[in-house]
Amino acid sequence: MEKVWQEPGDSRRHLLMERSVAGRVGCSLPGLDVPEQPMPSAGLLREELRLPEVTEPEVVRYFTLLSQLNFSVDTHFYPLGSCTMKYNPKVGEAVASLPGFAQLHPRQPDATTQGALELMHRLQTSLADITGMTGVSLAPMAGAHGELAGTLMVRAYHHSRGEAHRKKVLVPDSAHGTNPASAAMGGFHVVAIPSDRQGNMDLEALRKEATADLAGMMFTLPNTLGLFDPNVAEICDIVHQAGGMVYCDGANMNALLGRVKLGELGFDVAHLNLHKTFSTPHGGGGPGAGPVCAGPTLSPFLPSPVVLKEGSRHKLGRPPKSIGKLGGFHGNFGVLVRALAYISLLGGQGMREISLNAVINANYLLSRLKDVYHLPYDRRCMHEVVLCARNQRAVGVKGLDVAKRLLDYGFHAPTMYFPLIVEEALMVEPTETESRETLDAFIQALREIDREARENPDLVRGAPHSTPISRLDEATAARHPDLRWRAQEQ
Amino acid sequence: MLRAIGVASAEELFQDIPQRFRNPPLRLPSPLSELELRQEMEALAERDLYPGKYASFLGAGAYRHFIPAVVWAIASRGEFLTSYTPYQPEVSQGTLQVAYEFQSAVCELLGMEAANAGMYDGPTALAEAALMACRVTHRYRVAVLDTVSPTYREVLETYARGQEIEVRQVPQKAVRLDAETACLVAQHPNFFGYLEELDALSVAAHKAGALLVTSVDPTAMGLFKPPGAFGADIATAEGQPLGIPLSFGGPYVGLFASRQEHLRQMPGRIVGRTRDGQGRTGYVLTLQTREQHIRRERATSNICTSEALVALACTVYVAALGKQGMQRVAELCYHKAHYAASEIAKLPGYSLPLSGTFFQEFVVRCPSPPAKVNEHLLERRIIGGLDVSDQVPQGMLLCVTEMNSRKEIDALVSALAEVKG
Repeated sequence: MEKVWQEPGDSRRHLLMERSVAGRVGCSLPGLDVPEQPMPSAGLLREELRLPEVTEPEVVRYFTLLSQLNFSVDTHFYPLGSCTMKYNPKVGEAVASLPGFAQLHPRQPDATTQGALELMHRLQTSLADITGMTGVSLAPMAGAHGELAGTLMVRAYHHSRGEAHRKKVLVPDSAHGTNPASAAMGGFHVVAIPSDRQGNMDLEALRKEATADLAGMMFTLPNTLGLFDPNVAEICDIVHQAGGMVYCDGANMNALLGRVKLGELGFDVAHLNLHKTFSTPHGGGGPGAGPVCAGPTLSPFLPSPVVLKEGSRHKLGRPPKSIGKLGGFHGNFGVLVRALAYISLLGGQGMREISLNAVINANYLLSRLKDVYHLPYDRRCMHEVVLCARNQRAVGVKGLDVAKRLLDYGFHAPTMYFPLIVEEALMVEPTETESRETLDAFIQALREIDREARENPDLVRGAPHSTPISRLDEATAARHPDLRWRAQEQ
Repeated sequence: MLRAIGVASAEELFQDIPQRFRNPPLRLPSPLSELELRQEMEALAERDLYPGKYASFLGAGAYRHFIPAVVWAIASRGEFLTSYTPYQPEVSQGTLQVAYEFQSAVCELLGMEAANAGMYDGPTALAEAALMACRVTHRYRVAVLDTVSPTYREVLETYARGQEIEVRQVPQKAVRLDAETACLVAQHPNFFGYLEELDALSVAAHKAGALLVTSVDPTAMGLFKPPGAFGADIATAEGQPLGIPLSFGGPYVGLFASRQEHLRQMPGRIVGRTRDGQGRTGYVLTLQTREQHIRRERATSNICTSEALVALACTVYVAALGKQGMQRVAELCYHKAHYAASEIAKLPGYSLPLSGTFFQEFVVRCPSPPAKVNEHLLERRIIGGLDVSDQVPQGMLLCVTEMNSRKEIDALVSALAEVKG
């Protein structure tokens, strides 16, 4: 990375309000072409508006300099586990900005939005095919939003059968952190199911919890250890026999494209992360999209709207027992355009190549690193590998130190300390779009860091050394929150 | 690579998937080249009639405003576009500093003390605000004015249902709250475009020990007093008007701000300013113990990935327009909307059934059903307003912004004049 910021108090990092000069404007607006109208009483009007006053070139230079402080997929290998930081074809951006999509108002009559509705319907059909489900709603705006939809659907299903007492949701200890939070928002209480020594779900523990108050289970597949639980069909059966529904967190679908259909395994409802698997740039933390796909039992409860096809016409509709609306309009349409574009570019065979190369790349890292970084579950992985820094910890270097040192080598760090069941976890997801050369360079860097940990541990413990700032005082940030610019600082 | 992995074929890597489920057939069409994809997508997009091709007076929660080129020139930069949640602050200072700028702008626009880095959209921000009010007050009833957008009310009900929070509709004309009420929810301007009497609502809420929760139009904040000035405890907004294309309803971003004292009950990401070991200023995700990845089922919300890039675009928009631009856009909308309303009110058969101060939206009572009026407007290449006849007899909700020239407004008035009762 370019060293654009070195000294304390560097003016290039001054905030917008510190750059503000009275009277400056960064854009030009037209004059008033209608007669001036009477203004409301002064009591309703704003007295003060402290917003930046800067010119357009100042805006461009400031934000461009800030952008250069970021690592990104366009500039760096970004193997953040469970986030699927693959390269996203640029044509997705181009088609999402076509005026017939980007300028379309969400409240226009269906007759004037047939192109957009057909696009959504095609995406619904494609996702139903990929997941083996019967119904799809594109309304959720992120993965966790899809999870909320799923938990509310499970709730509505039990209530519709007069079984409101079903309040327990099982979440394996190898699930994503959003799962228990989503279950709680659905009004459920969460019971964790432990993993066994192979990293699969402990079936005995599961059977014990499969009781009459069971509402369902939230199951991440492959799990956050990057492992496909071979007992998945049996697990679904156990939950079903107790009257529960099974939810699949499909955030890791990159491993499974064209390899298995969730509906056939027995899942009743699943969400997909379009921004992960189906290629929307992650935007520094969104926008994403989290469509929710359901089998025949739960499809009537899908969130509104869904796109229906009648003859050659498309229209927005509401499933018969819908949980209702989850957001203002029809979901993150711009993300949906990118997802359909991506699926169209790849087709069915391309889907299988994605999962193939994602799994090969992860296993390549596993096989070249496990002699140096401990592999807590010694078996082949799917799309990501969870290593741990136990060997390095023994010489006084933590997983976090390894992660920070990777930044000096020009690689984004893996997801750290997750899943919680692996000490010093490094969760690495290379994705299918990285070349062997990149993977080899990453392997070499991690092996080099292991050597440094033994020979010069302070070098690793003090890392990163080449980034615009070094490790930040997070404790003070939380104890004395400074969350916005304030006038007195001028 | 397979040799390095130690397998003879790639199929071996998938052997944990039970044989009977492995490699199901897909019905997806054959792959397209980039050129073919462009042509197919262009053909779909061309089937839509969109504002720009037609004049449009449709608002009701999504607003067409001028977007300076600089906004998406910045927001399309790969360094912002292709990064993710800034878990490694040392290599994410761009994203983090922008979020701090966004929080600063949101606080100023809404007149509040503390803001987060953004929610999914305006309705979900309002729903999460009501849930937060329940956590703050330990009460589980939410009172919503009947002038709040029906869409916003429905999203709030969806969110509240899981936690068995009761949502009660309260008539705007007679607000009475009991001691079980966590918050009073108001929209300002309301669904019909009119300003609410926030000072009176604030008194009513606080007298009952409830919080005042608001949703506003950020464009209006260039001209009108912000909710914080009326004593709002939690203020939210749909961020779309700040430089975000209509895009058939998303991606947008929700603005979310509150009093400082309630900070630890806030949902979503929050970015704070701090220092590194060498005393240099830096920005970091903070107060993370509220969040799902730490607190799991006891988190303030399950929200994780949100709308960071959209929040960035809003931040660039506010920077480019600045103080003067934000005021100017609000004034243009106000004057044009009032001009349109007064011209339409002069037409025989048309009237303005609501009274009070409106910003850029207003309800017109039409001489015939609004759906029929809209069909006629479409023939004149005009996308009309939203049919609200279920709430106001023969009512149409029209929106006028700086994008509507006088020529367009006059054409609307002429086309409306052609409709007879």
